[in-house]
Amino acid sequence: MSASSHGRAGRIVHVAFCTGVFVFLIAPILVMMPLSFNAEPYFTFTDGMLRLDPEAYSLRWYREIVGNEAWTRGFVNSMVIGIAATLLATALGTLAALGLSSRAMPARRLVTSVLISPLVTPVIISATGMFLFYGRVLPDLFGLNLVQTHLGLILAHTALGTPFVVVTVTATLSGFDANLTRAAASLGAAPWRVFWKVQLPLIAPGVISGALFAFATSFEEVVVVLFMAGVDQRTIPLQMWSGIREQISPAILAVATFLITFAVLLLLTVEWLRRRGAARATA
Amino acid sequence: MSSRKKAGGRPLLSPRLRALALVLPLLLFILATFVAPLAEMFRRSVHDPLVADALPETVAALRGWDQLSPPGDAAYEALARELQEVRAENRARVGQVGRRLNRVESGMATLVATTARELAAAPGASAREKLIGIDAEWGTVDKWFAIQSAGQRFTTRYYLNALDLDRRPGQGVVRQEENRRIYLLLLSRTLWVSLGITALCLLLGYPVAHLISHARPERQNLLLALVLVPFWTSLLVRTTSWIVLLQNEGLVNDMLVGFGLIADDGRLALVYNMIGTFVAMTHVLLPFMVLPLYSVMRSIPAVHMKAAASLGASPFRAFWRVYWPQTLSGVGAGGLLVFILAIGFYITPALVGGASGELISNKIAQHMQTSPLNRELASALGVLLLAGVGALYVVYDRLVGVDKMKLG
Repeated sequence: MSASSHGRAGRIVHVAFCTGVFVFLIAPILVMMPLSFNAEPYFTFTDGMLRLDPEAYSLRWYREIVGNEAWTRGFVNSMVIGIAATLLATALGTLAALGLSSRAMPARRLVTSVLISPLVTPVIISATGMFLFYGRVLPDLFGLNLVQTHLGLILAHTALGTPFVVVTVTATLSGFDANLTRAAASLGAAPWRVFWKVQLPLIAPGVISGALFAFATSFEEVVVVLFMAGVDQRTIPLQMWSGIREQISPAILAVATFLITFAVLLLLTVEWLRRRGAARATA
Repeated sequence: MSSRKKAGGRPLLSPRLRALALVLPLLLFILATFVAPLAEMFRRSVHDPLVADALPETVAALRGWDQLSPPGDAAYEALARELQEVRAENRARVGQVGRRLNRVESGMATLVATTARELAAAPGASAREKLIGIDAEWGTVDKWFAIQSAGQRFTTRYYLNALDLDRRPGQGVVRQEENRRIYLLLLSRTLWVSLGITALCLLLGYPVAHLISHARPERQNLLLALVLVPFWTSLLVRTTSWIVLLQNEGLVNDMLVGFGLIADDGRLALVYNMIGTFVAMTHVLLPFMVLPLYSVMRSIPAVHMKAAASLGASPFRAFWRVYWPQTLSGVGAGGLLVFILAIGFYITPALVGGASGELISNKIAQHMQTSPLNRELASALGVLLLAGVGALYVVYDRLVGVDKMKLG
């Protein structure tokens, strides 16, 4: 298993082992895609599919999703909640990261660990606390019940998404040359102008990556939604969840394929941004 | 501070205040939307005023009661009066009180409901005669103990229950009856499963991270993508695909039958049990192990191993004495991250775990959502789980630094 000096046999074993692990990692994801085009309501490859018979493939399950109001409404809800939570998380998280990366920030370590805590807290615990707090304490104190509202889910998903923005923007800022803002300020630019014209363009890759993470978090989150959503707030993941628990239909695979495509697009964007950021940092 | 302000020439905020002002909106937001809910969960786990509010005088009359023989007449009178008052005011509340008492002593829900209903027409001169006339159980210590115990506003009961313990009259804290002991088993199962998955992720992830970090750059990207695509794919999607693969008529069983390894009627139960939980959770968590390892291994110069080899070390010795120690920070970071994520896992065990693959999170969800609700016990279990995660989080922070957490 050791590095460059191991023998030929060792190297073959190593590569074979790793190939197995790669197959384990990627096969379950790849297998969903062809199965989602199955003309039959099965979760396995039919003989026709194996013979590559075009008759065995169809868009049946895709048509079923597009024509089903539960799925389309779920999509709209997911988008509304995801976009609102992302905007809020990105704004709050970027500001906080700017503050945290200042050397003058008091109690930085403590504050950082509080701001990151939603990331490591098990979602079931966050969901439990939020359900109790949004559904009991807030109504008792302010007459404001956030359970079974879009606003409640947006606030919850914002809280879960901000750590990603804080982490990615802080990382970008750590490679940021503070002399640039000083130069801009000494040339007479107002602070907001320094931020808008100098800082923001430079940290933009980190901000966008953080935003994408926050969106992905909201877009796939199911536990908080499970606890807090009413009939009108059902999202795609919640729809999937009940689909899997009740009667699993191949339509789920079509949704899954859509979500995988979406994940790959996000991944490519984030990687592209990171390279851009890295290229700038070294330029 | 003030001198710096003057040096700037403008009455700007001091850098300290400026930094605080930038962080404050998010800090307040997180405190209000995230930390306050956790605090509320903690309150619910120790503060349970429902019975004390509904039956204040009964609870007061039971203060100082010896728990050896049925209480004095004052307690009977107070209970008879207060039960009727509660029923007159709001019938649903009788049910709530009964269900609360039922958590301490089974049979209380029915007993309270019947008693409240029949009290008005019950024969008997004193409250004691009326109550015992309705049900002789009112003459026993256990039923009164339930009222005394559940009547405490602040209670450690739910934590005792979460650890399979209970208070019994005259005996203090004892273990739960055998058929009610479930949580310690689930807690230890959660720990063992998480440890097992962490070990498995390390076993699978270490060689992979090694291969990726020492591959040629153009191949490195491809191999990294094989880890990142699952990392970015929704948890729900990945769990679904394991159901599809592992179910009875799934691809894995089909292939095993096709190759003649198992008989068609001997298909393996690979999902809705512990195997399903283990396989799917390892799949979900493996990238969290590979990525920190990769970022550590990438920074280890290849000359180290060459030097060790040229000095005569065997490949194993070179690996063990030179390479492995340098990767320990990655092993620690990845291992802690996987373990922290694993002990709080809910979705995957809920979908593929069945009853035998259930973890502690599933019990929390069950008490929160399905009847008989016990949100106080769910909160206590949540606080215990949170305390465990919190302790590990502190270790992670010391070891790695939460601000150095790598994403993607």
